[in-house]
Amino acid sequence: MADQQEILSGLAEIVNEETGLDPAEVQMDKSFTDDLDIDSLSMMTIVVNAEEKFGVRIPDDEVKNLTTVGDAVTFIQNNQG
Amino acid sequence: MTVTSKGFADRLTARPVTHSRITGIGGYRPRRVVPNSELVERIDSSDEWIRERSGILERRFAGEGESVIDMSAFASTPALEMAGVAPEDIDVVLLATVSWPYQTPAAAPMLAERLGTKGAAFDISAACAGYCHGIAVASDLVRTGTARHVLVVGVERLSDFTSLDDRGTAFIFADGAGAAVVSQSDTVGIAPTVWGSDGANWEAISQTESWIDVHQKGLDWPHIGMAGQTVFRWAVWGMAPVAQQALDVAGITADQLDAFIPHQANVRIIDAMAKKLNMPADIPIARDIAYTGNTSAASIPLAMERMVRQGEIPSGGLALQIGFGAGLSFAAQVVVIP
Repeated sequence: MADQQEILSGLAEIVNEETGLDPAEVQMDKSFTDDLDIDSLSMMTIVVNAEEKFGVRIPDDEVKNLTTVGDAVTFIQNNQG
Repeated sequence: MTVTSKGFADRLTARPVTHSRITGIGGYRPRRVVPNSELVERIDSSDEWIRERSGILERRFAGEGESVIDMSAFASTPALEMAGVAPEDIDVVLLATVSWPYQTPAAAPMLAERLGTKGAAFDISAACAGYCHGIAVASDLVRTGTARHVLVVGVERLSDFTSLDDRGTAFIFADGAGAAVVSQSDTVGIAPTVWGSDGANWEAISQTESWIDVHQKGLDWPHIGMAGQTVFRWAVWGMAPVAQQALDVAGITADQLDAFIPHQANVRIIDAMAKKLNMPADIPIARDIAYTGNTSAASIPLAMERMVRQGEIPSGGLALQIGFGAGLSFAAQVVVIP
C-alpha cells in the first residue's frame, strides 16, 4: 500500500507524462483545472493511469469530485486494493 | 400426434460462398463552412479552446438542397462510378444514420429510388459505428450470394439535432455523407468484423428526451447529449483492444497497415487510441475531423475518401477502420483500400 507521499509523487509523474507539467508543481492544494490547467479529457487520462498504477477503481461519477490534487490522493489512499 | 416433415429439407440450395471487397468510395461535404469563431459566443469559448479539446478547426453544416437523401446521393454517385457499378445492379442499399427526421419509413428506400434501384433498402441505427456495421452486413450479404453489390452509406445532418448552447457537443457535431460499394471478390477484401455493444452505458450519448415526452410534455426540440469523460474513457481504453482484435482476426499486425481510419470523434481520442495501440509512426492516421468535425456515421467513409483522393493511402493496401458511439456500440474491421 502506497502512503500519501508515494501517491502524490506517483500522481505527479502521471500528470507530468500527460501534460509536461513540472512534477514539483503538483501539490496537494492545487486545483487540477484552475491551477494546473488540466482539461476534462487529460483528467480522464490521468485517472485511468492512476487506476493502473495504484490498483484502484475511480468511477466516472467520482472524477468530478476530485477538484484538487489532495482530493485525488485521499481517494486513492482510501480505496487502494 | 406426431407431425412429420415432407422430407425436402436436404433439397435446399444456396449460392457458393465467395469473398467481398470495397470497390468504390465517395464523399459529400456540405457547402457551408462553419469556423469555430461562429460557435464560440454561445458556449463562452474560443477558437483555441475548441482546437485544444477536439482538434476541430472548422466543420460543415448542411443547408437547403442538402437533405439526408441529397447528401447520400451526392456521395453515392462517385462511389458507384469508382466501382464501375450501375445503380440498377445494386441489390441492397444500407443507410446508416441517426439524423433522418422520419420515424418511418427509413431513408434507404428513398435513396434507392433516387439512384435508380429497386433493391432491398433499409437503415442501420448504430450511430458512429453505423458505417462499420453496414460494411459488416454488406460483406456477408455479398459473400453468401444474397447480393451482388451492396451500397453502404453513412450520412448525418447532426446540425438538426445539436444544441448550439451545449458546451459539450456544439463544436463537435457536423454534417456530411460517405458511401462505399461492396462487391464480390476473388480474394479476401474485408476481414471479419469485431463488434459489440455496452447497453449499460446507453445514456452516455443519447437524444435528450424521447419523442413521446417531447410531444406529451410540450418540451423543446431535443438534441443529442454526451457524457464526454465517460465516452472518452470507453473510446480509448475500451476500443483500443477491439481495434487490436480486428487486426488479430485479419491475421495481420499494425506495422502491415497502410492506414488507420478510426471514427472521427475527437483528435484527442484518435491520438490516445493510436498511442494505446502502439501504432507505428509511419502509418497514415485519418484526421479528417480537423476540417469536417464529427459526422458520426459518415466520418469513416469521408475520411477514407479524402485520403484516397489526396493520394495519401494506396489502392490495394490495408486499412483498419473502427466505429464507436451511441449505444454504446462498436464495430471494427480491416479492409482493402479501393
